[in-house]
Amino acid sequence: MVASSLKLQDLIQEIREAKTQAQEREVIQKECAHIRASFRDGDPLHSHRQLAKLLYVHMLGYPAHFGQMECLKLIASPRFTDKRVGYLGAMLLLDERQDAHLLITNSIKNDLSQGIEAVQGLALCTLSAMGSAEMCRDLALEVEKLLLQPSPYVRKKAVLTAVHMIRKVPELSDIFLPPCAQLLHERHHGILLGTVTLITELCERSPAALQHFRKVVPQLVHTLRTLVMTGCSIEHSVSGVSDPFLQVQILRLLRILGRNHEESSETMNDLLAQVATNTDTSRNAGNAVLFETVLTIMDIRSAAGLRVLAVNILGRFLLNSDRNIRYVALTSLLKLVQSDHSAVQRHRPTVVECLWEPDASLSRRALELSLALVNSSNVRAMTQELQGFLESCPPDLRPDCASGILLAAERFAPTKRWHIDTILRVLTTAGTYVRDDAVANLIQLIGGAQELHAYSVRRLYSALAEDISQQPLVQVAAWCIGEYGDLLLEGTCEETEPLQVEKEEVLALLERVLQSQMSLPATRGYALTALMKLSTRLHGDNNRICQVMSIYGSCQDVELQQRAVEYNALFRKYDHLRAAVLEKMPLVERGGPQVDEEAKESKEVAQLSEAAPVPTETQASKLLDLLDLLDGPSENAQHPPPLDPTPGDTLIHLLDLPCAPLPPAPIPNLKVFEREGLQLNLSFVRPPGTPTLLLITVTATNTSGGDVTHFICQAAVPKSFQLQLQAPSGDTVPAQGGLPMTQLLRILNPNKAPLRLKLRLTYDHFGQSVQEIFEVNNLPVETWQ
Amino acid sequence: MGCPIIRQIEEKITRELLQTILARKPKMCNLKIVYKRYASLYFSYAIEDQDNELITLEIVHLYVELLGKYFGSVCDPDTIFNFEKAYFILDEFLWGGEVQEISKKNVFKADLLQEEAETPRTVLEEIGLT
Repeated sequence: MVASSLKLQDLIQEIREAKTQAQEREVIQKECAHIRASFRDGDPLHSHRQLAKLLYVHMLGYPAHFGQMECLKLIASPRFTDKRVGYLGAMLLLDERQDAHLLITNSIKNDLSQGIEAVQGLALCTLSAMGSAEMCRDLALEVEKLLLQPSPYVRKKAVLTAVHMIRKVPELSDIFLPPCAQLLHERHHGILLGTVTLITELCERSPAALQHFRKVVPQLVHTLRTLVMTGCSIEHSVSGVSDPFLQVQILRLLRILGRNHEESSETMNDLLAQVATNTDTSRNAGNAVLFETVLTIMDIRSAAGLRVLAVNILGRFLLNSDRNIRYVALTSLLKLVQSDHSAVQRHRPTVVECLWEPDASLSRRALELSLALVNSSNVRAMTQELQGFLESCPPDLRPDCASGILLAAERFAPTKRWHIDTILRVLTTAGTYVRDDAVANLIQLIGGAQELHAYSVRRLYSALAEDISQQPLVQVAAWCIGEYGDLLLEGTCEETEPLQVEKEEVLALLERVLQSQMSLPATRGYALTALMKLSTRLHGDNNRICQVMSIYGSCQDVELQQRAVEYNALFRKYDHLRAAVLEKMPLVERGGPQVDEEAKESKEVAQLSEAAPVPTETQASKLLDLLDLLDGPSENAQHPPPLDPTPGDTLIHLLDLPCAPLPPAPIPNLKVFEREGLQLNLSFVRPPGTPTLLLITVTATNTSGGDVTHFICQAAVPKSFQLQLQAPSGDTVPAQGGLPMTQLLRILNPNKAPLRLKLRLTYDHFGQSVQEIFEVNNLPVETWQ
Repeated sequence: MGCPIIRQIEEKITRELLQTILARKPKMCNLKIVYKRYASLYFSYAIEDQDNELITLEIVHLYVELLGKYFGSVCDPDTIFNFEKAYFILDEFLWGGEVQEISKKNVFKADLLQEEAETPRTVLEEIGLT
């Protein structure tokens, strides 16, 4: 029997030599048959080899369940070589889901108490790897005994086994908490490391334990200081850094103990500064320690100077030649850009450099961070950089970059002219990637800037003459030419180069747009209406325009056909009305006084600080990945801009007499969240005159006995909406009904789709970190109808 | 807490990894995969959201050094033909996803890693007590 089955090495060799999947399967099936027979007939001398072969086969993905019982037999054998393969088999083949796993409990119990280190080690290892809650309960006391054994080999393993047991059965904390204080005085690195890990686990699971262990902060500080300043043996050094793993683990525990606790944070302040300045940064090991230090500094109540030091460390990381280090720096800075804005601003030039990283995961984060750093003082320079990036960045980053620039321009534009120029440039560079409402926004913007009409129409005309393929640009240009064609032909504009344009050229250009294959139906609609408007704006006869209208009166496209027929009617039967109908458009919707009103409102409610508001694009886009729920009827990313943009529309709208908007009925408030005294309320406002805009004020109140700190509220809405979160009034909601925190959300709903809103809250309360994600139900229909 | 996976990235393994990630329930924390390539071998390590990626790279590197010291070199056949030894070394170095012992001297001292005797003896014999 042994003769015809292969030795492990030979089996492996044969499998590797198999040329096809089928061949491999054949070899394995043949061998498994031997193995099964051997298990059935019993072969005590060699069964460990058979099991080893089976484990190899299992690693490749083949079924091996018939070996489970053999594992148990081998574990029970007195021979060490049997036991070690048996236990390995148990770890690989058995888990909680198999009934057989409980049968090991007895073997493990025996092996734990029979006093031979190597065997105890095996038993502990297996218990840690696959021990179920039941097994852990049964064996807790055995493991506890081993914590006090003289042998460090066993003790270090027992400590880490305790970690696993607590994860499975949190109540066992009662057994494993008391020994910790003494274990912390160990000199053996393995035991010390295990103890710190154990304490970390205990603290993460219970606020009482957290409170209890605050008293070891001075000891931890002492241990870490010794490591950093005095060093340790060569055996425990990595790249010249003393036991970086222990350092990192201690820093992590300090973070948990110092969080929200003034006294502990103060105790560790000096030490953190020491570690930050004394750690060698030439190799990854040192940088790993530094990184953990930064994470700790940012999470506890550290002095302002220390926080700046931490941000500067991240800034230095950005200049490191190792890409991984740049990556963690960018990710961390993104998390800090809101809370420590001015500190991060100092590294803006370096961040901008990172835009040009060839690695996509780096340039994407650099883009997010750059957009978050734009504020009113650097907007010109930053926009310049971002525009440059937009021109050459990979296609999957273009939509985010384009919308980011447009959003920043909207928030911080120093002048209207700069704003128009910026949008123009974005439309020319990345027109196909901008969002649907960019067209409407630009038209509104231009419409509202009367002094810039001549400038705008000239620039747009030149841009259009060069390239009629970028649809958003073409639409805006067509609209402008229609509205301000008279300014195009006559007069001079100091701000652009002198432009001599003839009436015939203008008409020819619009006709080209109308006829071009590249033009979307909506675009052609714009062009047709523009042509019609020009009949009143330009002097001379309108024969050419009339001709176009009559041709399009029989166009295939129903929308164009209708327009052309109506315009024709204007020429023939209603010529006396034509001038009045095609008059210059009044200011549209969102423009003018309304904007100031909203700005005032949001200032009152949100108490905006000097720091730049939260970048909504980044947060919203990150959260949107979680929100498959909120994708309504699938929206084709390619779908053309709505056929019915606000200005320059069908005749029906033009002929409507404007009526005073009815004062909106107040929308009832909504309580959306309550947990342990922390309550979240939403109040809604639909400003009159802007039917697509909804303002939501989030108010957080705290009636409990403990402060809520590091409160961050993020929101997400379906794709067709546009969301902007203003900076919150603060990140702390004091206890006992202290000053509530408020935050303003602006939501644009151009498609009038049903509103859905998902909120994500993260905060600390009663020493615990809380994260809640939930969808807001029962939103009143008045919020979107 | 981490979970080490030592294999070559063939399509099979990548698929397995993806399956594991996709099988995780919505309430579980996000997994980050840290990997390092040594010639034709990839070593990947899954860590939780709040874990330090840079120290994970050190963990991976230390394990590779341990393998190198034990086998004399680290290449594909070494780890494959001696896969149980690779597991035993791992069990002396990491434990339940946490770092256990970083002194190479201490790791190799372990009885667990002693070569298999020609005729299997009892534990007591092997330890030298009979």
